[in-house]
Amino acid sequence: MMSARMSTLATLRGDIARVETHDGAAHRSGRVALGHAEADAALQGGLARGALHEIFAEAGRQSAVATGFVAGLSGRVAARRPLLWVRQDFAEREAGALSMAGFAELGLNPRLLVSVRAADAESALRTAADALACDALGAVVLELWGETRQFDLVASRKLTLASQASGVTALLLRIAATPSPSTAETRWMLRAAHSPPAAPWQASLQAWGAPVVDAELIRNRHGPLGRWIMEWNCDECLFAKPAADSQSLAAAPAHRPHPAQARVQRFA
Amino acid sequence: MRGRVGEGGLTNSGVRSLPPSLTLPHKGGGNGSDAPSIVVIKDANALKIHALDDAAAKLGLDVGLPLANARAICPDLRVFDADEAADAQTLDDIADWCDRFTPLVALDRPHGLYLDISGCVHLFGGEAAMLQLVCGLLTAQGFAVSAAIASNPVCARTLNRYVHGRIVRAGEEAEAVSPLPVAALGADEAITLGLRRAGLKTIGDVAARTRHEITARFGAAFTSRLEQALGQGDTPISPRKPLPDYIVEKRFPEPVATDTVIAAALSNLAGMLVAAMAQQGKGARRLEAHFFRTDGVVRAIAVETGQPVTRREVIDRLFRERLDALNDPLDPGFGFDLLRLSASRSEIVVQQQRDLDAHAHDNDEVTALIDRIAARIGGKRVVVHLPQDTHNPERAVLTVPAQQHLAAAMQAVWPERTEGEPPLRPLRLFAQPEEIKVIAQVPDGPPARFIWRRATHAVVRAEGPERIAMEWWRPQGSPLTRDYFRVEDENGLRFWLYRDGLYDREIEQEEGRAVHPAWFMHGLFA
Repeated sequence: MMSARMSTLATLRGDIARVETHDGAAHRSGRVALGHAEADAALQGGLARGALHEIFAEAGRQSAVATGFVAGLSGRVAARRPLLWVRQDFAEREAGALSMAGFAELGLNPRLLVSVRAADAESALRTAADALACDALGAVVLELWGETRQFDLVASRKLTLASQASGVTALLLRIAATPSPSTAETRWMLRAAHSPPAAPWQASLQAWGAPVVDAELIRNRHGPLGRWIMEWNCDECLFAKPAADSQSLAAAPAHRPHPAQARVQRFA
Repeated sequence: MRGRVGEGGLTNSGVRSLPPSLTLPHKGGGNGSDAPSIVVIKDANALKIHALDDAAAKLGLDVGLPLANARAICPDLRVFDADEAADAQTLDDIADWCDRFTPLVALDRPHGLYLDISGCVHLFGGEAAMLQLVCGLLTAQGFAVSAAIASNPVCARTLNRYVHGRIVRAGEEAEAVSPLPVAALGADEAITLGLRRAGLKTIGDVAARTRHEITARFGAAFTSRLEQALGQGDTPISPRKPLPDYIVEKRFPEPVATDTVIAAALSNLAGMLVAAMAQQGKGARRLEAHFFRTDGVVRAIAVETGQPVTRREVIDRLFRERLDALNDPLDPGFGFDLLRLSASRSEIVVQQQRDLDAHAHDNDEVTALIDRIAARIGGKRVVVHLPQDTHNPERAVLTVPAQQHLAAAMQAVWPERTEGEPPLRPLRLFAQPEEIKVIAQVPDGPPARFIWRRATHAVVRAEGPERIAMEWWRPQGSPLTRDYFRVEDENGLRFWLYRDGLYDREIEQEEGRAVHPAWFMHGLFA
């Protein structure tokens, strides 16, 4: 009985969402704001729809950080439309499978996610290009692991053209790969960032906050570059500046001598 | 009319039928082709004859004779080992080939086939012509064939053991089988022997006795078999494949081998199939194309869809995707002489009027896209996710094929997340938790430092434990309770770790000294 009512509720919510999604053609083109003011300014209003965006994880162990960033972007861009996530099947062993429980915890909607497990990079690319032609989708995420010979300028051009024609945004998640020339609109390099420092009344071991990423925009075809610490707001589904962003961007404190200690040494 | 075609080594004069020698290499190639050949099989630690050819039969050899005795009779025997798996495979291949005559083909192992030819006969010019055609084509492929047509399978099978090419009209069964020896019924050795000892040599003799006498002595099963052989009552056959809902086919007078002709023919068939289904308001959920090669090889290619398909272009496109992506491409060899397209599963199509707002049917487009991707890379590779009512993280999400479960996934009820809370579950989860080395300050506390994939991580923040008890009622799986910790290392990377087993309670102590608990890496947070 309970679950029946819940499912009715979910259906109704889905209906409302659908009505809201189709309230105009505005979602088809243009830009979608990330929520982070400085980043949006550099992007001239937000991430362009109907274009290819590349997101790199600096190293294999940063894969989850980049995945989180891509998930957030897809949530912003897809606007309650179905999302297709294409990945190579061996990537699950390397970096873990995309967990829908975690996806839902980020405030995103796992109902609208269809996963494709491709056997190799070639079939993943082809699937993504096909999917980009289907304008009912909100976004297509293509996850490529490692350096792939198959993803060259021609392949990226294909994705860009398909994306432009249909207005579906292509998000390319590259893990353990180095940037190479492509036709991407923007290119991001993702690193993990610390959680905001603990408030004085909290024990330092227990300040587990919202996901924070260090996102560096390393290519932007129509604007300046930049590097920002962004916090994903799970409730409102947008990126924001961390509340108390007092940390230095240049280096993580763990690698530097403690300032207090340094001062003591100088006096000694 | 039911027909039965049996492939058998029809080797001797018709006193008994002999098992086939399907594995016997085809004669005529090589030296000494006139030397008698036998196939032997190991039975109770002795090699015995499993099958033999005409020449061997003329020497007086028989099935079941030990190889040593056979060698004594004829020292220059050519002996081959039996390969029953290959025999079974060959029978399957022949059955595939027989699909061109009727969709209802049943196996009668080890070496018989039933073909239900009801309603198919006129396509081949009558029963006699059909019998001749089937037997002729099989003989041309190098098989020895014996076949019979009768109104029920038991009767056809009984006839087939001793007579080749007999066609029995309905009502004439008793007359046809009566002169045959009782062994033709194919009953147990004991029953056959018992009948012979009782002086009942032919089926006619047995049929002359009253039924209750036979039943009392040989059992009800034998009596019903006898009655069926005599044409009283009917038994169903169990076809290898379920009958498709719709079948259309195209026979070519000359074999075709070019891709364009094959594609055009398939497209025509799709049009015919769609027209046939449209009359009953149906659409196909599963389509199968069979390509019959002139040399007898049959290739079947299936395509599934998420929504009933009613349009020819969609079928065309799905098959094009599928054929493009085949690992072993369609090999026409010397050409295909028959193409068959069938809808093995169909559904009633609910006609929907399009809204003015065309986007309300976006789901249809997504379904069509999923069908296309699935046709190319396989239905199991396109998945959606369903939440499960369990705390066990490995089982919390069920991954199911999108074609069948898209609608269910779109309406699934996921657990509501708590507002204001950071994510409690990792974004990337390892299917198999990876063991890590951990240094913890207190034995049941969070880790202070751990080594994962040969890299050391110092824990800066940790939250936990979140205790998850495993489902002990399931047969497999670890019974130990897990204490999960969410930790962040000095670089800001976030991990989901757990200690396997409750400290002091589930982890055993050894002589007062604690055994170190095992720690595992289970996921990565964004």
